[in-house]
Amino acid sequence: MLLIHCPYCTRKLPELEFAYAGEAHIDRPKDPSALSDEEWRDFLFIRNNRRGLHFERWRHIHGCGRFFNAVRETVSDTFLTTYKAGQPKPTEAALKEMGR
Amino acid sequence: MTHFSAMSVLRNALTGNKNWQEQWPDAEPKREYDVIIVGAGGHGLGTAYYLAKEHGITNVAVIEKGWLGGGNTGRNTTIIRSNYLYDESAKLYDHALDLWEGLSQELNYNVMFSKRGVMMLAHNVHDVQSFQRHVHSNRLNGVDNQWLTPEEAKAFCPPLDISRSARYPVMGAALQRRAGTARHDAVAWGYARCAAARGVDIIQNCPVIAIRRGANGAVEGVDTARGFIRAKKVAVSAAGHTSVVMDSAGVRMPLESYPLQALVSEPIKPVFPCVVMSNAVHAYISQSDKGELVIGSGTDQYVSYSQRGGLPLIEHTLAAICEIFPIFTRMRVLRKWGGIVDVTPDRSAIVGKTPVPNLYVNCGWGTGGFKATPGAAHTFAWTVAKNEPHPINAPFTLERFTTGRLIDEAAAAAVAH
Repeated sequence: MLLIHCPYCTRKLPELEFAYAGEAHIDRPKDPSALSDEEWRDFLFIRNNRRGLHFERWRHIHGCGRFFNAVRETVSDTFLTTYKAGQPKPTEAALKEMGR
Repeated sequence: MTHFSAMSVLRNALTGNKNWQEQWPDAEPKREYDVIIVGAGGHGLGTAYYLAKEHGITNVAVIEKGWLGGGNTGRNTTIIRSNYLYDESAKLYDHALDLWEGLSQELNYNVMFSKRGVMMLAHNVHDVQSFQRHVHSNRLNGVDNQWLTPEEAKAFCPPLDISRSARYPVMGAALQRRAGTARHDAVAWGYARCAAARGVDIIQNCPVIAIRRGANGAVEGVDTARGFIRAKKVAVSAAGHTSVVMDSAGVRMPLESYPLQALVSEPIKPVFPCVVMSNAVHAYISQSDKGELVIGSGTDQYVSYSQRGGLPLIEHTLAAICEIFPIFTRMRVLRKWGGIVDVTPDRSAIVGKTPVPNLYVNCGWGTGGFKATPGAAHTFAWTVAKNEPHPINAPFTLERFTTGRLIDEAAAAAVAH
């Protein structure tokens, strides 16, 4: 079972308390009516689906109920870090340091 | 190629079974092919077979990073059915079912297709309404599907608990009698054997690193662990790793890859006559010819390439199975495993051309690719050979995510394909 650190509760808790909420850092369009069909496709359907480091959202449904972001390695399922929603992506250098 | 028959079995038995020949050679890659297929699962090998047999294209290589049939072809729960809601899906899966029926004879290889019936349980009013809608829609499409009362369901599958006090009461069931199971490995082996006999090279232990495109944007070939192999056309049939392969060609896919787990129990004498699925509790069960109960569940909730998955899901699935079939409560699990399935936003496959000239893709089968193997391979081979959609796979394009013409089986079935 995955153990996930909730950055709001500041505790590492079992996967069962959390719901996965898809890829992170996908911005809603600022001017939706100006988007082309291709841009709508990219926003709605296209995902990185990366084999390696994956930025994703989780929600602590059976705890504080809040959304947060995580970086996970998708082959080993190891979490590198979790951080609060709205915070910037960790930099490449920081992730390299965590991966050690 | 050895022709299997009662005579050949007898002859080899009399000579101590020492003279069976290798079923297909492990080929070394040539410098150039007409078509390279990425992925030697049932879909990839089937595509090679139909390319050779129906379209006369035999200068074909199937390139596999591991061993033949070692991905989802060897990891699924072998269920075959075609009772999908929408017209497009019903045609595609029923085409596959038609091919399944003659497959053992066609390949001269016993794929052990057993029409034991697939029964889907309805546990609540919503299930009843939605399955009855499926039954009506299927019958309009000429697809076999039938509504059963709880008593009829019990008669068809005696281990079922239909008591009113059950945790998941059975309010009825949809039964497709024409559906069933097949021997998954034999499908890959049978296609491999017949494709190789027609001149197709099967190259195992050779990971594709990248798809190479020329200056005009068209595909030139693939970079592999054994060097560059030139190809006029490349057909990707890489299941859970499709988006990784397609990324290397610069095509971003509407796919997410999830672990899908399955398990088998210790083997017992035949007790379970059919396949039973329960969408509401997310579990399905059948008994293999070896006697093991084969049990599957839904995908894990997060994107992963781990081919493992988490135990909470297995616990949930087994709890549900034990509630519906109390006689299995004291059985033990023998093995469990995971495969990586590529899921599209509308839970329907993508079979066809891509924005890149001479690059084709067959993917997005999610949790239900095995049952489609012959139909997907047959129509995909057509598309690769003629560079145009087959009438049956035509709606399953990549463009539908731009045009919005989705085939929304996600809303229709939601789970357990």
